[in-house]
Amino acid sequence: MSESLKIRTESLEIAQKYQPKRRYLLAILQDIQKHYNYLPAEAMETVARYLSVPLVKVYGMATFYKAFSLTPKGKYIIKVCDGTACHIKGSVNLLDEVKMILGIEPGQTTDDGLFSLETVACIGACGLAPVAVINDEYHGNLTPASLRQILEQYQGGMKDAK
Amino acid sequence: MQNKKTIFICCGTGCQANGSMKIYQAMLKAISGLNLDVEVIPDIKKTGCHGLCQKGPLVHIAPKEITYIHVKTADVPEIIERSIIKDEVIDRLLYFDKQQNAKVQSKSDWTFEKKQYRIALRHCGGIANDSIDDYIDKGGYQGLEKVLKTMTPEEVIDVIKKSGLRGRGGGGFPTGLKWTFAAKAQGDVKYVICNGDEGDPGAFMDRSIMEGDPHTVLEGMAICGYAIGANQGFLYIRDEYGLAVENMRKAIADAHSKGLLGKNICDSGFAFDAEVVRGGGAFVCGEETSLIHSIEGSTGEPTPKPPFPANQGLWGKPTIINNVETWANVPVIINKGADWFAAIGSEKSKGTKVFALVGKINNTGLVEVPMGIKLREIIYDIGGGVGKNRKFKAVQTGGPSGGCIPESKLDLPIDYDSLIAEGSMMGSGGMIVIDDRTCMVEFARYYLKFLSEESCGKCVPCREGIKSMLKILTDICEGRGQAGDIELLEEIGAMVKANSLCGLGKTAPNPVLSNIANFRDEFEAHINDKRCPAGVCKNLTKLYIDSKVCIGCGLCVKSCPVGAISGEKKQPHVLDEEKCIKCSSCRERCAVDAVRVR
Repeated sequence: MSESLKIRTESLEIAQKYQPKRRYLLAILQDIQKHYNYLPAEAMETVARYLSVPLVKVYGMATFYKAFSLTPKGKYIIKVCDGTACHIKGSVNLLDEVKMILGIEPGQTTDDGLFSLETVACIGACGLAPVAVINDEYHGNLTPASLRQILEQYQGGMKDAK
Repeated sequence: MQNKKTIFICCGTGCQANGSMKIYQAMLKAISGLNLDVEVIPDIKKTGCHGLCQKGPLVHIAPKEITYIHVKTADVPEIIERSIIKDEVIDRLLYFDKQQNAKVQSKSDWTFEKKQYRIALRHCGGIANDSIDDYIDKGGYQGLEKVLKTMTPEEVIDVIKKSGLRGRGGGGFPTGLKWTFAAKAQGDVKYVICNGDEGDPGAFMDRSIMEGDPHTVLEGMAICGYAIGANQGFLYIRDEYGLAVENMRKAIADAHSKGLLGKNICDSGFAFDAEVVRGGGAFVCGEETSLIHSIEGSTGEPTPKPPFPANQGLWGKPTIINNVETWANVPVIINKGADWFAAIGSEKSKGTKVFALVGKINNTGLVEVPMGIKLREIIYDIGGGVGKNRKFKAVQTGGPSGGCIPESKLDLPIDYDSLIAEGSMMGSGGMIVIDDRTCMVEFARYYLKFLSEESCGKCVPCREGIKSMLKILTDICEGRGQAGDIELLEEIGAMVKANSLCGLGKTAPNPVLSNIANFRDEFEAHINDKRCPAGVCKNLTKLYIDSKVCIGCGLCVKSCPVGAISGEKKQPHVLDEEKCIKCSSCRERCAVDAVRVR
């Protein structure tokens, strides 16, 4: 089975967990995003057909909501929290440090596919500000130096992906 | 069974980030390996947020009322040995209350708790967050039963009206009045929506309520359903709030199995169901009409009001949207009565408000206080004052829609109207304390950057106006500010406020305008002197070490990520300005305040 056909089959299976109604478009796309870590073009076409919604509407949803990505994300997703509490406690310095180490901007993925960098506006762990989340692991009370050490562990393969 | 002990382990997001689930697992394991008498086996409950997130993970033991802070898995055997099997208190794990200058055994005696009054958060931390039985034991669903068996829909609305409850999502619209509109609206099908799209950075009370006490939200919605004649509810919850979604879904299933949701609730003939919809991550979806479009399966763009959702909302049907915290108040008001509720708070703002007290404050966490309390009481009595003994500069309320309140206004009683009079607003309840190391220009820029990314782009004043203001502010922060910039910001800000389509744009200029009004000198220093007094804007900051103050301890050397600081032990150190990236790590680390801003 070609990769493209595989995506179409899989994404149809995901979509069919919901009734073919327009109101489930957001939920179906969320499930597909979770499955692939992005929204493949074939999957969006499949969903459009399943719900009888124009493809442009599906694309509109995919680009409007922050939860969606049109390109594959890395093995580790680094989310630097830039909520207000983190911001005034120096989250920008954390972000600068990650940018410097990995050479990528927020929204980008390293060439080796290992890291994606994102900023989030508050993850609700303000008591530990400034915070970064790598996949599901929270790291609080960070400084640029301590974040560098944590990243080095991931780079050295000392941490397994969750 | 009366001597049975219960261990409440906070598993709110803040404590989970600190590893509270590992403690929960370790507790279960330690207990099962002990072969204890049945009498001694404690109930171990995962709970929602206890409030003082900064000291987490928090563990509370009843009935002896012992609260431990910063608990680690290594402490678990000792807690079991000394506080469960015996009745001892482990002094080392108690909270040191600075105001009382003593260690305090129970959280109810913390100064942090003394001025609080919990209504919306009444169960958070005190019941297992996944147990309907716990909720019912505490009187849960009695409000729903009461309205179904003894009250007419009109009487329910009347109680809510008389209580003076106003929407806790920010605007403060009278809840009872909103319900009247929907009750009077024509139509067989009506809807009830819970707005759990808490997007305001720095606020997490809605998440904590949904995580820690999901049934109170469902009960509130069902009561409203009965009052306005709706049989279907939707809970729109941010997808990032995984635990809230999970707990809420379980709560719906459990309520169904007990006959408290579904058809013929409590044999009254009334039917009500609820469903979780996961949000897509767009701040604008906190706005009513955007949220409705998002549930319908479209992009979350606002539409003009009127028509108001109470008349034409979800799929064109009359719809009531209230915020999570508002729903959490409803069952209590029904149980205790309108007069009880109206006796709490200030003249025009009744009841309590939950605030997320964060930023440069000693006690970070969730607090619930009566309306009308003074800011000073929240920050100093409950919050324990500004962290690291730094100087208080301002407190920000209302998030990206609000503004900053300076020290001179600290005795302001907090309610919806007083905050608006000061150019800020209640918002969802973020309260961010700022010290003298926060730049007010950069802080205003921060909110505008957030809003420029979150503006849906539908109306021009918001989309283009915010973008222009952001460009001017960025220029000021990066040293390209010009005379006349401040006036231009004020002019564009007034235009955006007056002409935007929805609440996002109408309030977007507030953080900028309020910072200009209260901290104009900082803007002028950036523009005229090319200097950032707080030492935040990197192009306008030069750091140096004051050789008269430096004690040569070397802490700064370790904290510097680029090796810009050097010096002999116990001799004044030197900072190489060429190498320095102005991250201020050294300034935060220095114990004697020797790192200065030029």
